[in-house]
Order: sequence, then structure tokens, then C-alpha cells
Amino acid sequence: MTIVSQASGGAAPAAAPSPADIAHHSKARTPVEVTGAQSLVLALEAVGVDTVFGIPGGAILPAYDPLLDSVKVRHILVRHEQGAGHAAEGYASATGKVGVCMATSGPGATNLVTAISDAYMDSVPMVAITGQVASASIGSDAFQEADIRGITFPITKHNYLVTNAADIPRVIAEAFHIASTGRPGPVLVDIAKDALQARTTFLWPPAIDLPGYHPVTRPHHKQIREAARYIARAKRPVLYVGGGVIRAHATEELARFVELTQIPVVTTLMARGALPDSHPLHLGMPGMHGSVAAVTALQKADLLITLGARFDDRVTGQLSTFAPEAKVIHADIDPAEISKNRTADVPIVGDCKAVITDLVEEVDRDIDAGNAGDYAAWRKLTMGWKATFPVGYTEATDGSVAPQAVIEAIGRIAGPEATYVAGVGQHQMWAAQFVSYERPMSWLNSGGAGTMGYAVPAAMGAKVAEPQRVVWAIDGDGCFQMTNQELATCVINDIPIKVAIINNSSLGMVRQWQSLFYNERYSNTDLHTSVGSRIPDFVKLAEAYGCVGLRCERPEDIDATIEKAMEINDVPVVIDFVVHRDAMVWPMVAAGVSNDLIQVAKDTAPQWDRGESEAIEQPEDVLTGPTGRTDTDGGDR
Amino acid sequence: MSRHTLSVLVENKPGVLARIASLFSRRGFNINSLAVGETEIPEISRMTVVVDVEDQPLEQVTKQLNKLVEVLKVVELDGGASVQRQIILVKVRADSVTRGQVLEMVQMFRAKVVDVSTDALTIEATGSMDKLHALLEVLAPFGVKELVQSGLVAIGRGGRSITDRALRSA
Repeated sequence: MTIVSQASGGAAPAAAPSPADIAHHSKARTPVEVTGAQSLVLALEAVGVDTVFGIPGGAILPAYDPLLDSVKVRHILVRHEQGAGHAAEGYASATGKVGVCMATSGPGATNLVTAISDAYMDSVPMVAITGQVASASIGSDAFQEADIRGITFPITKHNYLVTNAADIPRVIAEAFHIASTGRPGPVLVDIAKDALQARTTFLWPPAIDLPGYHPVTRPHHKQIREAARYIARAKRPVLYVGGGVIRAHATEELARFVELTQIPVVTTLMARGALPDSHPLHLGMPGMHGSVAAVTALQKADLLITLGARFDDRVTGQLSTFAPEAKVIHADIDPAEISKNRTADVPIVGDCKAVITDLVEEVDRDIDAGNAGDYAAWRKLTMGWKATFPVGYTEATDGSVAPQAVIEAIGRIAGPEATYVAGVGQHQMWAAQFVSYERPMSWLNSGGAGTMGYAVPAAMGAKVAEPQRVVWAIDGDGCFQMTNQELATCVINDIPIKVAIINNSSLGMVRQWQSLFYNERYSNTDLHTSVGSRIPDFVKLAEAYGCVGLRCERPEDIDATIEKAMEINDVPVVIDFVVHRDAMVWPMVAAGVSNDLIQVAKDTAPQWDRGESEAIEQPEDVLTGPTGRTDTDGGDR
Repeated sequence: MSRHTLSVLVENKPGVLARIASLFSRRGFNINSLAVGETEIPEISRMTVVVDVEDQPLEQVTKQLNKLVEVLKVVELDGGASVQRQIILVKVRADSVTRGQVLEMVQMFRAKVVDVSTDALTIEATGSMDKLHALLEVLAPFGVKELVQSGLVAIGRGGRSITDRALRSA
């Protein structure tokens, strides 16, 4: 070691310099003699990492030694690598910063796969660092060897296998650059153990060498002009806003655009909070469980202004019948999303922040020139739908708790400054529907991948990123059992999240489909977590972890229980909300059918007021059928 | 389905071939032929990929390829504006009776005999996929004992190079 320690305050008695010391020296751009492992930690510090979620193991062990000395990087020891991955996602999704997770080779790395895949589907900036067996052993089926680079080819934005210690700073710099620019996504860096152990020099900043990576961020002006022309001509435009707007930090620009144009807005599952739900022009969420107003507005629109959304099947339903009368403006930073599912009339490749800024400017100019679009009739119509068909629910008749009431109360009591993190299933849809989101990044969930078990670790990551915020995991009894081990991590590391288990004693969404499409044959969906038995008893489980465990089984106790949880801020709180198990998510468009067949309850289509629907001329109005009754009993499934 | 020839310039690094093959497979495209080799710039490899797809999915696969960090450039070479060649080695049954007839075919297709034995001829032939297909058809009646084909390689006509400026930095 060529550097003499200058540890301040005498905190580090050892002669070895801490990574922070070395980083201090390296600021002068003088190469420092270090190990590959030290180089890794220095590089992480240099790119500004403050938190790493992970678990050590044989191959990554060298990296954990200098990590112990780092004063800049906090390593949080999780209980399962999947938890590390989702925590990194939660951290990233709550802040927009790159989340980092670390694991050893073989099973450590493969346990990250689900979270990496999740981050890929939802464009979450994340860097996963894995140890690999020594380079001489690669390919020999060595102990804990897995080809994690090969495994993650299709689920990463890019990945690396590093076998030479000298490459570590460059690869880390590139990984963070790739993860956070363009369309964000996960990058995996697999480092062979011998590269971590080898002597090398650390020099920062390294030269980044990415000749094939040029994300387009500035939209083409001709396309913006063309889009503005479509917007001015449209009679029934809808802003179809996706998660890209949140990832691009473009919500202020979006608000300005909405104010300027007065065009109704729908926000997808990934975009909840991109425009405040309280905004009068916000029609709600589109898609399979979207609001009648949002789904119908898309179906009736003559122009979709698509911003950072990707025409996912859960939004479009049967693609061929989706928004049949609409022209499509499609802005996305990823050219491959444009015209992938629905052909765009005006494709715009660019960062949503830049795109919306340019659109505002262009449309403003049109308005000044007396060329404003007139959407008053359309606005009135959509507002009518919104007023007539609010997303609602019915209380249970047997005195049991309605799950929607619990979620609505959490949103009401915790308020818009809290962060809400959901798992996947019915509770996720209710959380998307019944919490009012007023700010971006207040709603985190697993959208594209639909990963059960996301909530607890992602909430943990969000809480670490923003400790001052109240963070609620709204989870299901099924999801919770997949990753609740991270409650131990939360308790030990002082991460006081709040977990609401919406306990319907079953895999609720699957059960809902069985109710609707499989003649109520409940094959393998009963979890025994409240009906008949409590296995496990979530209150006892919470207490075993050192959390506060609460239970609520009566509607009249909902508010008091949530308020009690809100008062506990030193340890995680887990509430077992025992809810009515037959509650269903409505509205619903059955899988694979047209969005025109939206139902507000079982076998119940919205009752349309003919006069209102026909306020605008439409060639064929499928939604104004005589009784509005449609049949999607699953016979076509 | 129509046949498309893509020239994909990639960084000459380990693992790139697997990444590209994996992309084709994951997005549901069948690779008809694949050839890889270094270019005049040692840091760049060139893959010539032949796929059978409709135009719209082709656009999607091209965009997906372009997203790969190690992919520098993707160019579709159409048949008219490019020279496309494939090589085959084929072992055909040929005894003293049929050898003359086989040699006649070899000459007609401007192919070469590269090995001869009492009961067989090994023929080397170069050309477009269509030409080689035609050759194989006329050889079939004699009895093809063994066939090996290279991937198709293709290059644009004219003086311009697609490798120009492919390495411009990020």
C-alpha cells in the first residue's frame, strides 16, 4: 500500500487507508495502488453511491472487506438477494437515483434475477454487482458458479463480466451511465474473484468507451411541429401518460401542457402521480382495471398523445379494437417502443421532459396564432363520464372489512406526502384506484413484470432513500409471504416502514379470475391466512421480527388502527387487515377482449345515457347498447 | 415472409455473438444464416444475419438490435444494391459412370472440385443462396452424402463503406 492513512478523528486505527482516504487522494487524478475490490468500492463512492443492498458470499467476499471501511457507502445486509434487488428498485423509484444491489456468485446472483427482470420491465435505473468464480475456473462448473451474464442477457439493459481488475473503474462508470441515461434500466456487473483480489491502479474519472450507445434525448423539431398540428386539429384528444414521464422527471412540464391545452389525461399504472389525481382533467387509470372514464375516453378519442407509455396489453386490451378512431402521437425515449404494438402516426423519439417542453412551446405558438384546438364538447363529455362512473366499491354486507375501505383510509390518513408501495394483485389495483396520488414517485409498484413480493423490500428501499417520508407497503397475504423476511432487515437497520397486509386469505386476483372465468373452482388459491386458520399469524410473525403487529377485523376499527400505526415511528409496523375475501377489483376488462366491453361489476356494463354519449358524432357506438349488458363470461377463454 | 439480410457492426468483444443470438431468439425471430468475422478495423466485428420476417417485425428487431450497447450499426442490405455470397462444401456420390455428369454440373455452376475419391466428389461452390440452392437441386439425384454451408456474407455495392464512422465515441 503506497498511501499512508490520514484517517480523521483517529476513528480508524488500522494502517490501511479507508476508501474515503484513497478517494480523497484520487481526486487529484493521481493513480492509486489498490486491489480490485478497493477499486470497486472507490468507484462506487466516486459515482455517488450512498447505499448498497446485498449479501456477501465466497466470490464477492473480497469486495466486502474494503466496504467495511467505506464512510460514504452504507451497506444494508438483507435476508434474501431478491430483497436486495427490490430494495434497490424501491430506492431508485422513490428518488430517480440509481439503486445498487450486490450478491455473490451462483445462487446469490440467480436470486437477483427476478428483481433485475422487474427493473428491466419497469425501466428502473439499477446496478447489480455480483461476484463470479475466479476467471481460471469459469466454465468448469466450479462451486457456486452460474453464468449470470448469460442468464441476464435478455433482462438487462447491458451487462459485463470483468476478469481484469484494471477494467473495474471504467465498467462501474459505464454501468451507472447506462443505467441512468436514455431509457433507464438494470445493468449487471459480474466481477471474477481474482479480479477483485488482484493489484491494480485506481484512477478517476476513467475514460468511458461506449461507441454504440447514443440515446436520443432531443426530439426532432419536425415531429414536434407535426404533433402540434394534430393537436390543433383534434376534437377528442387524450393525453395517454405512462411511467416514462415520471422517469424523465417531466411532471411539471406535463402539468403545464395540461393547463395550456385543457386536454383530458389518463395516467397508467406506472404513471400514477404524474398528474395529481385531484386535477379536474384527470380521468384516472386506463386499462384492465381502469376507470370507466379513462378507458372510454381512450376508446372514443380521435387523438392519443402518448407520452412515455408503451401500449401494454393491460392498457389496450384486444389491440385491434383499442382506440379505433384515434390517430396516435407516440413520444418515447426508446425508439423500439414506438410502433411496436400500435402504429404511430407521429413518432417522436426523445426524453419526455424535452418532448413536452417543446410541445408546450409549439402549441403555445399555435394558440397565439389563433390556431387553438377546441375540445370543449369533448371535455364536457369526459367530465360527465368521470362524474357518472367514479371508481367505487360496495361495503361488505356481513360486517366484514372491505379491502378497498382499508386502502382508501390509508391514503386519506397518510396523505399525499407519503410513499405507497404495493405488491401485485387485487390489493395493488385497489391501491392504484383508491389512494389519491398527488406527486410523482409517491406510488411504487411492479407493473410490467408483476412480481409478487415486491412491496416489503421495495418499501424498505424507498424508506432508506427518503427516511423523512412515511412509507406504506400495501401488500397482499400472498405477496407478503414471499419476501417478509426483509422485516428483519428493517428492524435491525432502523428502517421503520409500515405494512398493511390486505388479508383475504387467498391469492385474491387469481381467485377473482376463478370466480369469473373458472366457475368458482378455487384451485390452489386458499392461503389459510385468515379463513379457518391463521397460518401464519401475521401479528405474531411481526412480533417475532421485532415489529409492532396489529390486527383489524372490523370496519369501525380501520381508521384507529391506521392512526395507531402512524404514531409508531421507531420500528416497522405490520397490520393484518382481515378483509372480505370475495371482494373483486372493478371495473374490469376481461383479458383479450375489447376495452369497449368494460364492466363495472360482474356482468354489468356501465349504463350509458344515450343523449350524453351522442353529444359527439360517432359512426358506431358500441357502448350505447340497449341495456349496456355485455357477456364476457369467460366462454372464450 | 420475406428474406432480409442485415449487416450488424458490433464491438469485437467476447460474448457479443451470444447476446445477439439471444436477442433474436427472445424476440421470436428465426435466424436463417449467420456469419461473423473481424472487419478492416480490428475493434469491429461484422455479423451478416439473414432472417425471414415481415417488414414490421423486421423494424422491431432492427430497433432492438440498435439498443444493444455493443451494436454500432445495423444496415439492411437489399439484394440489388449488394453482393451476397455463401460458400458450400458438398460431398456427392460419383463413380466412374456418373462422374462425368457431376463434373458437367460443377462446370455449369462454376464450382470447383476440391477432393476426389473412387465413389465421391467434394465440390466447393460460392454464390448467392439461390444459386447454391439450384446447384444442390441438380446434385440431389446423384446422392448428396454430406453438406456443409457457411453463413451468407454481404457487402454493399459502390465505393462507400458502412464501417465509416462506426466507432465514433459516445
